[in-house]
Amino acid sequence: MFKILQKQSLAPKVDMMVIDAPYIARHAKPGNFIILRLNEKGERIPLTIADSDSEKGTITILFLKVGKTTESLGMLKKGQRIRDIAGPLGHPTPVKMYGNCVLVGGGIGSATHYPIIKALKNAGNNTTMILGARTKELLIWEEKLKKHADDFLIATDDGSSGRKGFVTDVLRDVISQKPVNLVVAVGPIRMMRAVSELTKPHAIKTIVSLNSLMVEGTGMCGACRVTIAGKTMFTCADGPEFDGHDVDFQELENRLSFYKEEEAEAYRLFMSRGSRGQGFK
Amino acid sequence: MRHRNPIKRSKDFKEVALGLTEKQALKEANRCLQCKKPLCVEGCPVEINIPKFVAFVKEGDYLSGLKKIKESNNLPAICGRVCPQETQCEGHCILGKKKRPVSIGALERFLADYEITQDIAEPPKIMPTNGHKVAVIGSGPAGLTVAADLAKLGYDITVFEALHEPGGVLLYGIPEFRLPKKILRREIDYVRSLGVNIVVNWVVGRTQTVDELLKEGFEAIFIGVGAGAPRYLGIPGENLNNVYFASEFLTRVNLMKAYDFPRYDTPIKKARRVAVIGGGNVAMDSARTAQRLGAEKVYLIYRRSESEMPARREEAENAKEEGIEFYFLSDPREISGDERGWVKSIKCEKMKLGEPDTSGRRKPEPSGEEFSIEVDQVIVAVGQRSNPILVRSINGLNLWGDGYITSSRDGKTNLERIYAGGDITTGAATVISAMGAGKRSARAIDDFIMGRTAPQPQTPEPPQNQNKPQ
Ligand SMILES: Cc1cc2nc3c(=O)[nH]c(=O)nc-3n(C[C@H](O)[C@H](O)[C@H](O)COP(=O)(O)OP(=O)(O)OC[C@H]3O[C@@H](n4cnc5c(N)ncnc54)[C@H](O)[C@@H]3O)c2cc1C
Ligand SMILES: Cc1cc2nc3c(=O)[nH]c(=O)nc-3n(C[C@H](O)[C@H](O)[C@H](O)COP(=O)(O)OP(=O)(O)OC[C@H]3O[C@@H](n4cnc5c(N)ncnc54)[C@H](O)[C@@H]3O)c2cc1C
Ligand code: SF4
Ligand code: SF4
Ligand code: FES
Repeated sequence: MFKILQKQSLAPKVDMMVIDAPYIARHAKPGNFIILRLNEKGERIPLTIADSDSEKGTITILFLKVGKTTESLGMLKKGQRIRDIAGPLGHPTPVKMYGNCVLVGGGIGSATHYPIIKALKNAGNNTTMILGARTKELLIWEEKLKKHADDFLIATDDGSSGRKGFVTDVLRDVISQKPVNLVVAVGPIRMMRAVSELTKPHAIKTIVSLNSLMVEGTGMCGACRVTIAGKTMFTCADGPEFDGHDVDFQELENRLSFYKEEEAEAYRLFMSRGSRGQGFK
Repeated sequence: MRHRNPIKRSKDFKEVALGLTEKQALKEANRCLQCKKPLCVEGCPVEINIPKFVAFVKEGDYLSGLKKIKESNNLPAICGRVCPQETQCEGHCILGKKKRPVSIGALERFLADYEITQDIAEPPKIMPTNGHKVAVIGSGPAGLTVAADLAKLGYDITVFEALHEPGGVLLYGIPEFRLPKKILRREIDYVRSLGVNIVVNWVVGRTQTVDELLKEGFEAIFIGVGAGAPRYLGIPGENLNNVYFASEFLTRVNLMKAYDFPRYDTPIKKARRVAVIGGGNVAMDSARTAQRLGAEKVYLIYRRSESEMPARREEAENAKEEGIEFYFLSDPREISGDERGWVKSIKCEKMKLGEPDTSGRRKPEPSGEEFSIEVDQVIVAVGQRSNPILVRSINGLNLWGDGYITSSRDGKTNLERIYAGGDITTGAATVISAMGAGKRSARAIDDFIMGRTAPQPQTPEPPQNQNKPQ
């Protein structure tokens, strides 16, 4: 059992939790994730380790409430416990001196960039953070990210903060202004795909973090498989980060929609009963 | 042995084989010739004294019979159910030369179940603690055996398991209708009752490294992480929606209880027409599970002929009875999808049998003739390979083949204090061979810690690959 030490709402539908998990905290590296299961009947879901403190023995997760498990997680309070957490999983982001690094984040993905930008900055890179969201109030961890960014740029769909438009519009400008040695994109698939398409003609190394469906998360089931440069790979054991220019995004998008009906059913049942406690047994 | 009615049983997950009645057991035991040189024992990987335990059955002294088995096998309720007896004990029984061999597996199960129903388990004898700490990685049959054997000798044992529940393939692979989970749970409770500490959610190599375990004072480490990762066909269409690897399909159903969605949160796609590829136990389990989830038609596609199928014979027969349709000598070439990217059909090539290959079985060769079956789900069960997470995390560990650990018969690897056994050393094999490896490793670890052997690692013998190509 893993105790929730802190819980905070960061934006509509987005919560943050600090959880007591000393061993995971000690080994967590930028780009790693955990798999959690809330209770006996729960699903195992992957979430990025958005921050960790090896001394205090804590990890931080940020999650967008999109379905039954994330909604249920959001209903847990400080002091309550999560039944199962396994991690840290996945290969860490390869941190070294690249030169000019641009980090592109969309939605919840922008905040999970935090350990990556921090590590890249500490390794001596020049860092540019491009943060994207639909609207201003959905921008999360702005201040925290800013601390490690040499340049900090924002794009919102409605222009309520930063530039009106997409992160790719901003990225295009950055690329035209200075040499870029590395791009790291985390966020919705369409965004990561657009970023990869944009950087490809410039031959800029582009890392994307894929969010395929997972079951156990240790390389044993193959649920998370993706096609990378024509080869089957497992996101949990071989990723979650891959070269964006090699990813078959169409297939990934397709596979992510596989359980749409079931997810909708679970969500509907949960919202009709779960909020009164039934969904929690 | 009695089985439940095929039509009824293929709609639920309750156990199919009902076991022997007392009368049947006595009759079966009386058939045994009590051979002076019992061939059956040679066929059992843990060398159970079969004539002896059968003799106890004959006398109606079931407890002594069970005790006899437990001298060599900690988990008789499981082995009686899942051992491929036709190639092991029963395959060697002298009676089998002329007629039917003694049903050794069924008798073993009878005794184990007798103990369960009568609830008369004797408390095991545990030696006083000796203060030595040993870590076991993985809680499948290999790991559980090492843990139990060493705990009985007084060791302080911690088992680390990556998943949220212990049991390995017995938990997430073999379905309820073949091995009821309550039997597994009982065996795990037994291991815990010996004082073994089982830590779940612990991915060794990630949550903690083997080096750290050694620094924490574990004097030896046994690796029994299995070979759980799926192999693929490598044909077009394998990543379409509704193509499952058997390991995912079975894990969703067995570990996550997806058959009970939405009461349980993990979903599984129920399909109408399902093609399962492969001819081993994993393929049979997948096919029969798909049937139980409500499929109208399940096809099993296997590239060799019936006699080469590596599955336990009883399960192949059960599958047939339940209405699974077999396509032998058929090799998948392509899976086609609709415009949404979902499975629509599978195309196969007819094979013919050629010369024997290295495994001694006649090799299937293409005939050029193709056929297609309309299906809306495909389950790929063409074998397992080693899962790289732990193995890659240990520097200098000698590996062979596809990332399997090289170890000697008694589990020694090339690294001091590190032992390994079960599927991670042999490739996908059997429950009883994993347990056998566990027994030998436990002995070797005990010898090492007690100073009865030189601490230097010995050069491991070349591996005995028991991996049956499917
Ligand atoms: C490596 C990795 C890291 C992730 N990190 C984060 C994170 O830091 N914060 C965050 O909010 N989300 C993250 N996700 C996505 C998160 O796992 C899903 O949102 C979550 O599983 C949804 O579960 P649910 O029951 O609430 O919703 P569901 O009803 O199950 O699904 C709703 C939506 O979420 C997607 N989804 C469902 N199950 C999964 C799954 N197992 N993996 C990925 N997507 C899924 C579906 O495509 C669907 O559109 C990450 C995913 C991966 C693979
Ligand atoms: C569907 C199916 C049906 C089968 N049917 C039969 C049958 O009828 N008869 C038969 O004899 N055999 C059968 N087998 C084969 C048999 O189950 C295996 O040979 C046996 O379970 C191997 O045991 P093991 O202890 O080596 O590993 P496993 O049972 O695979 O257990 C390994 C355990 O280690 C854990 N692990 C992995 N990595 C880590 C890590 N880094 N840290 C911590 N823990 C980790 C895993 O989660 C798992 O729980 C079947 C296999 C399958 C998949
Ligand atoms: S353990 Fe398996 S092989 Fe040995 S006697 Fe029992 S059923 Fe036969
Ligand atoms: S070989 Fe057959 S008949 Fe002979 S002792 Fe073994 S089980 Fe009995
Ligand atoms: S989630 Fe099972 S292999 Fe990746």
